[in-house]
Amino acid sequence: MRFLRDESKFAQGKIAVLQYFTVAVFVFILGGYWNLQIRNEELYSSKAERNRIKSLPMPAPRGKILDRDKRVIVDNHSSFSVLLSRETLRDEHLQPIAEGLGLDYEELVARLKRFRARPKYQAVIIKEELTPSDIAFVESHRDPDTYPEMELIHTEKRVYPASGFAAHMIGYVGEVSEAELNQADFAKYQQGDMVGKTGLERQYNDLLTGVDGQRQVLVDNIGNERRILGMKPAVAGQNIELTVDLDVQTVMELAMDGRRGGAIALDPRNGEVLAMTSKPSFDLSKLSSRERTKEWRDIFSNPDKPLLNRAIQAQLSPGSTFKPFVALAALEAGTVDEHTSFTCTGGMTFAGRYFRCHNRHGHGPTSLKKALAQSCDVYFYNVGARLGIDRISALGEIAGLGQKTGIDLPAEAEAMLPSSRWKIRNLREKWHEGDTVNVAIGQGYLTMTPIQLAYGIGGIVMGGVWHTPHLLRNGDAPKKPAHQAELNLDHVRTVMDGMCDVVNGGGTAGSARLPGGEMCGKTGTAQTASNEYQKAKGIHLKDNAWFIAFAPRVNPEIVVAVLFEEGEHGPQAGTIARDIVKAYFDKKVRKEVSQTGVPAVTASAPADAANAPARVAN
Amino acid sequence: MFTLRSFRDLDWTLLILTLIICAVGVLQIYSATQASEQSNHWWKQVLYIGAGLVVFYLISQIDYHTLVGQSPVMYIIFTVILFGLLILSRVVLGAKRWVSLGAGFKLQPSEFMKLVLILFVARYISELKSDSLSLRELLKLCLLVLFPFGLVCLQPDLGTSLCYLPILAVGILLAGLSRQQALAIVMILALVVPIGWFALKDYQKARLTSFMDPALDPQGSGYQVMQSKIAVGSGGMWGLGVTRGMQIQLRFLPFAHTDFIFAAFAEEHGFVGVVTVLGLYFLLLMQILQNAQTASDRAGTAICMGVGALLLFHVLENAGMVAGLMPVAGIPLPLMSYGGSSILSFFLMLGLVNNVRLRRFLQ
Repeated sequence: MRFLRDESKFAQGKIAVLQYFTVAVFVFILGGYWNLQIRNEELYSSKAERNRIKSLPMPAPRGKILDRDKRVIVDNHSSFSVLLSRETLRDEHLQPIAEGLGLDYEELVARLKRFRARPKYQAVIIKEELTPSDIAFVESHRDPDTYPEMELIHTEKRVYPASGFAAHMIGYVGEVSEAELNQADFAKYQQGDMVGKTGLERQYNDLLTGVDGQRQVLVDNIGNERRILGMKPAVAGQNIELTVDLDVQTVMELAMDGRRGGAIALDPRNGEVLAMTSKPSFDLSKLSSRERTKEWRDIFSNPDKPLLNRAIQAQLSPGSTFKPFVALAALEAGTVDEHTSFTCTGGMTFAGRYFRCHNRHGHGPTSLKKALAQSCDVYFYNVGARLGIDRISALGEIAGLGQKTGIDLPAEAEAMLPSSRWKIRNLREKWHEGDTVNVAIGQGYLTMTPIQLAYGIGGIVMGGVWHTPHLLRNGDAPKKPAHQAELNLDHVRTVMDGMCDVVNGGGTAGSARLPGGEMCGKTGTAQTASNEYQKAKGIHLKDNAWFIAFAPRVNPEIVVAVLFEEGEHGPQAGTIARDIVKAYFDKKVRKEVSQTGVPAVTASAPADAANAPARVAN
Repeated sequence: MFTLRSFRDLDWTLLILTLIICAVGVLQIYSATQASEQSNHWWKQVLYIGAGLVVFYLISQIDYHTLVGQSPVMYIIFTVILFGLLILSRVVLGAKRWVSLGAGFKLQPSEFMKLVLILFVARYISELKSDSLSLRELLKLCLLVLFPFGLVCLQPDLGTSLCYLPILAVGILLAGLSRQQALAIVMILALVVPIGWFALKDYQKARLTSFMDPALDPQGSGYQVMQSKIAVGSGGMWGLGVTRGMQIQLRFLPFAHTDFIFAAFAEEHGFVGVVTVLGLYFLLLMQILQNAQTASDRAGTAICMGVGALLLFHVLENAGMVAGLMPVAGIPLPLMSYGGSSILSFFLMLGLVNNVRLRRFLQ
C-alpha cells in the first residue's frame, strides 16, 4: 500500500481553512443564540408563559331569585360546558367536533363567526349541559393529536321552576345578541355572555350577573393540568329577594291553570306584587340554552303567544271592571251622589243608537251602589253621558290608566285611555256621545292591562295613594307613593261599598264571597269585538271575563286583578280572585297563630263556591 | 497490545474535553427526563459512555494504517448492510434504520458508515499523486460518498445521510481542486439541487423550509422549531436552573433529551451555559485539527480532518436547528444527545484521532 510508505503531507494551509471555517461557524451560532437569549429574551419568555399557562374562565353563577320569605324560586345547578379555544382552532376539526357533540355544523360555524370581533384568546362555549357521553367525547379527543382546541369547564346553569311556574315574571336567560350589544344597558357585556332576556332576569340582570373568574393553570403539551398558578374566583351574582309570596303565587298558578289570561295580586299599601301569572306559560329551561332548539322555535311560533306576559301586556277592554272608575269620576265631579238613581229598563237610546243593558228585563230604579253591585249598564250609560269623556279620562289618568304603571319588568304595555283630543289627533274624527257611552261600561276605545286595573283600583281604595308596583323587595322601608290625588274619602267609601255588594250584597259575584264578607270586587265581561262586527263576520267570539278584587273591605291589604280570556262571564274570574285572596288571608292567619298562638282575625272557612248562584254580569 | 507508552501518550486534552461534554450531556438528560417515564436514560447514557471509552481505547490500539488499509472491505460490508436494510424496509413496511442486536440494543449501520467513509476517503486521497484532483478522480471520490448517501437518503434518513457530505467536502479540500473543477462543482450543484428538491418527500421539504418561518407549519417540524426557540429564548442570560426548564418539564419541547437536548440546556443554563458548552466544542475541534497538523502522514491528517469536519457539521446543524438557524434534520448533538449509536460512533471517531496522535512520530 503506497500510503504507508508515503511521508508526504498535506499543505498546512488546507488544515487552516477548516480552522477558520470552524471559527466562522461558532461565531454564527453564538450570534444566533445571542439574538434569541439576550436580545429577544422577553419575547420568548412571554411566549413560553402563554405556551404553558392556560386561562380558563370560571363562569360566575347568577344570583338566586328568592320570594319574600327567602324561599328559592330560581336556583343554579352545576354542569359541564365545552369550550373551543380559537387560538389553535383548525377549521377541519369543526365537522368532527360538531358530530361528536351532536351539534349542527352550520350553526357552529355561524356561532364562531359571531365571535370574530373578540380577542382570539377568549374561548367560545359551544355546548352546555353536557351529557356523560359528551364529556367522554371531549375527554378522549382533547389530546394534541386530535382536537386540542376543546376544553371542559364547569359552569352553573339556571334551574327554573317546572311547568312554567311564574315564567313570565322570572324571564329567561340567553346569549347576549348583536342587537342588545348595541344598547347602553348591555355596554359592559361581550359576545357570548349570558344575560337576562326577559322578565326579572332582564330587569335585574346587572344585579344577578356575577363577575366571571379565571383560573390560570400550568398545562403540559397534552393539556393536562399540572398545577394551579392563580385563581381569580368567580364572584357570584347577588341574590334578589322578591315581594312575591310563593304561597299566593302557587294558588294563583293553580287557579289559572288550563285557562288563558293573566292575573296579578298586589299590596295597595306599598305596591308590592304578591303574585303574578300569565297563561299559557312556557318552560323557561327550554329557552335558556345557547342553542336554538326545536322546542325554542315551537314556543316562539305558538299561536297562543305563550311568551306574552298577559298580566302586564294584555291590552283588552276591561268591561264592567271600569265602572268603579266611572262611578268615582261622577261622584267627584258632582254629576251624581250616592243617592242618585236611574231607572233601568233593559237598555236606552243615545244619539240614535240603542244600547242594551246586559239584563234584558232591566234593573228597575237603580242607585249607584246597586248599579255597581248589579253591574247595571244603563246607569253608567247615563252617568257617562252626563260626565263626558274628558272627565272620565281625567280620573283615569289620575288612576294611572293608559300609561305604564312602572313595574320593574321590561316591556310593560301602556294600553289605551281615550279622550276627545286623542280621537281627533289619531283618528281625525270628532268624539261622539256614543263613544263615551261605550267607554263608560269599559268597552269601545278603552283598553287596560290587568296590572293597570289592580294599580288603579288599589290607589282608589287607599283613598288616592298610588304606589308603583314592584317585584324587588327592598327592606321594609316605607316607600314614597308614586303619586297622590285629593279624593273625597266619602266618595271612595261609596264606591268601595258598591264593590262589597258585588260579592256580599247579592251582586254579580256572590260566588266569590269569603266568610266574614271581607272580599270585595267588581266583575267584568268584555266583548273582544263589537256585536255588529261579529254578526258581519258570522262568528261568535267568546267574551273575556275580568275581575278586580280587594280585601279586606276596610284598609285593604290586597288587590287582585284577574283576566280570564274567553271566560265568558265575570264571575268566572271572580272565583279565581277569591282563591287568591283566600290564600293570602289563610297564610296571614297561620303566621299570626304561629307567632302569638291566637288568631287575630277569624280564620276563613273554605268558601262554598259551588252552592253560590253564579249570576251573569256585564 | 497495551503499552504504558500509549497510555501516557493518550491525547488527554481530547479525552478530558470529551468527557466534560459527556458529563454535561448526562446532567442534561437527567434534568430533562427526571420527571418522566424515561428517567433512567441518564444512567443508560453513562453506560454508553463507558462503552464508548472502551471502544476509544480499543480502536487506539490498532494502527490506523491497518484500519485505513482495511477500509474498502468495511465499506463494502456496510454498503451491503445498508442496501439490505433498504430492501427489507421495502418489504416490511416503514423506515428501517436499525439492526437489532437483541437484548434491546439496536445499532444504526448508517451511523457507523460515517466512520468507514472517513477511513475510506482518507485512504483514497492519501494515495493520490498530484496536488490536485483530476476530473476522473473527483468523480470517483464523489461517487464513493454519494452512493451510501443515496442509500441512507432512501431509508429515509436525511439527517444521517447529510453527515456524509462534510467528509466528502474535506476530502476534496485536502486533495485539492483546480479552478475549473471548483467551478464545475458549483455548476453541477446548481443543477442537482433543484432536481434533488423534487425528489424529496413533502415532509422533508417541510423540514428544510419550516425553520425560516416556523409559524407556517405549527404542527409539524415548525412546531418543534417554535417550541425549541421558545425554550432557548426564555433561558435568557443565566437560564432557569437545572430541572427548572418549564418548556422541558411540561413537555412542550419535543425530544428534549435527544435531538433537542441543546434547547433544553439553553433553557436551563442560559446564554452563559451555551457559550461554555460551545467553547468546549470549539476547544475539542481545535484539538482535533491540531492533531491533523501534527499527523505523521496524509492519511492521519485526512482522518483528523474528516472527524473534525463531521463533528463541526453536527454541532453547526444541531445547535443551529435548535435556534432556528438551520433546517430541522434528525442530527444529534455529538456526545450530548442521548443515544447509544451516536455516542459509540463519536467515541470511535475520537479514538481514531487519538490513534493518529499516538502514532504521530513515524518510526
